Amino acid sequence: METILFLAHTEADGSLGKPALEALAAAQSLGGTLVAGLIGEKVQPAADQIATSGATKFLGVSGTDFASSRYATDAAAAEALCRAAQATVVVAAGTSRFMRCLPGVAQRLGGRVDTHVTGLTTNGGNVTINRWFYRQRMEAAIQRAPRPWFIVVDPGSQPAWQGAAGQASVEAVAIALADSARRTTVTGIRAPQADAQTIRPDAALLFVTGAGWTKKQADGQTHVPEAEKLIRDFLHLSRASLGSSKSLVDLGGEGQAVLSFLSHLNQVGQTGSTPRHPKGLSTCCHGEEPHTVGWRFIGERRAISLDPNCGWARGKADVLYVADAFAVMRKVNELLVQGV
Amino acid sequence: MSTAYQIVVCGSLVPDPLQTLEPVTGPGGPALKNEMMLPAVLDPWAAHALYEAANLARLTPGSKVWLVSLGPKAKLQQVMMTVAQKVPFELVALDGPASGFTEAAEVAAVLAEAIQAIPGLDRSKLLVFGGWESASRGAGATLSMVGERLGILDQFQGVDQLKVGADGTLEILERIEGGRHQLSRCAGPPALLGWATGHLPEPKNNPQVGMTNMRTVMPALQRAKAVKLAGEGLTFASVALPKQLRETKIVKDASPDDIAKEVVAWIKQ
Ligand SMILES: Cc1cc2nc3c(=O)[nH]c(=O)nc-3n(C[C@H](O)[C@H](O)[C@H](O)COP(=O)(O)OP(=O)(O)OC[C@H]3O[C@@H](n4cnc5c(N)ncnc54)[C@H](O)[C@@H]3O)c2cc1C
Repeated sequence: METILFLAHTEADGSLGKPALEALAAAQSLGGTLVAGLIGEKVQPAADQIATSGATKFLGVSGTDFASSRYATDAAAAEALCRAAQATVVVAAGTSRFMRCLPGVAQRLGGRVDTHVTGLTTNGGNVTINRWFYRQRMEAAIQRAPRPWFIVVDPGSQPAWQGAAGQASVEAVAIALADSARRTTVTGIRAPQADAQTIRPDAALLFVTGAGWTKKQADGQTHVPEAEKLIRDFLHLSRASLGSSKSLVDLGGEGQAVLSFLSHLNQVGQTGSTPRHPKGLSTCCHGEEPHTVGWRFIGERRAISLDPNCGWARGKADVLYVADAFAVMRKVNELLVQGV
Repeated sequence: MSTAYQIVVCGSLVPDPLQTLEPVTGPGGPALKNEMMLPAVLDPWAAHALYEAANLARLTPGSKVWLVSLGPKAKLQQVMMTVAQKVPFELVALDGPASGFTEAAEVAAVLAEAIQAIPGLDRSKLLVFGGWESASRGAGATLSMVGERLGILDQFQGVDQLKVGADGTLEILERIEGGRHQLSRCAGPPALLGWATGHLPEPKNNPQVGMTNMRTVMPALQRAKAVKLAGEGLTFASVALPKQLRETKIVKDASPDDIAKEVVAWIKQ
């Protein structure tokens, strides 16, 4: 039987975030002996939060050195927890913090790692995971013999564990850190101002803008300021998350007039992100394959484009409106203001 | 303080993203249909890493860039015809599979060995770069494992910016959740950076750079060591394309007002 270590780090407020609770549910689903391993400045509140999860042990690495997301200290903590738990399978959330350090920890322990895992099943104790290859173009089911096997679960792909809090007794795992583990200092977080924050992972809708917003329109002119206002207003009214095609974000680097609030972080697709939202609305975007591979985990998809033969028409969207997105979005905003 | 850097960029090739890809089962496990025929490009995020490396080397005299690349020799040669015209580097070629279905840990072992064999490598100057994820396996695992093998404990992933301070410290911006960046300061090399997009546009082709690079690229390709990856203990139970295309309803000739109403109703559902 596998010994399954559910590995998690705390969030800034000391609790476990949704991605961690999703990984916990995934870890539980494998059966086996479940051990929880927690990393953070303080781990007791997090252990209490999942006290009723069925974990047979709660191991913790804590202290100010483990407050921030840093490779050397996170790797040392994860390594110590895996050793203490004698884990054969490690299940963790694919947060930026764990994506940075867990592959290295797998290497250190002579194990293997699968990241961006979107499915886990077990059959007679044999674990199979699913993940995508070639930027979400094909899905594979994988089994592995070497242990420990690190299974890093894509946030948003699993239901989150739900259960009552309680009181857990945490066994502290001590680590003697060498000075070399402190060569890096995390000095801060850079985030856009609240009203300029256009990437909203929890939004119900992904709103995608394409290069068409900056192209010459029927009157032979570009209308970038109006495009900017329509998009901003829509984001404000709908609370959608903003995604973009590569062509539109690249224009910025080429010194052309573009939407001031877009950056490469908004880019969706082959060399951009693959966000998860229940719905997606694409505007002024052609829907080419390198873009739409980033829509793999978008539920319902609609697109507004002037071109009836664009990529969206070819099985990539549920509905394609062949129309002028300026006219449609102007009206959409009006309706949203009226609260229709 | 100005340090000269030794910047080693790990980057392989991937099928041109505009190609349609189809999985097939070969003798050694899954592969892409007509893999050797597909036009290839330098893996996009690794390409950003290479441009950032070249830029840093340009700004810090005495620095040098290597590109360590594992791929089928003939394909590497094709891709180098363009890549070599972009920025100055010395190629370290390894002749083996560039498939996304290979095992990251095995690839890391081969890359780390090749890096360690670079003559005159000095850890106090070493920066290992690469893409934070490939467009093939897309795991973000290989680079980190290379770093572990080289004993590099200052690792960063999803890097969009690297600035060198007057005192030689490295200030690094990494992508984190929700469109934000984490800012870190690292004492200096050795360090490992998995790049996201960075800030540099793709450099224009420069035939002169191409000529200089080709003097070392061709011999490097000839010397390329043959590499076999066993995929020890790794089983692909299946590899499949997503099940179905959607049945797209195409709405033409509807007024913007009607479309807007439908869109709003759908958003609010
Ligand atoms: C290595 C590589 C990686 C890539 N990675 C990505 C990636 O990650 N993400 C990505 O998006 N692309 C990527 N691409 C680029 C991709 O192939 C396309 O070039 C890009 O997605 C096109 O962007 P677009 O649809 O916004 O622009 P365009 O192709 O210019 O399309 C604009 C569309 O807007 C429509 N339009 C114009 N005006 C209006 C209007 N008033 N109302 C409605 N519609 C209008 C036009 O009909 C057209 O369909 C990559 C390409 C390569 C080679």
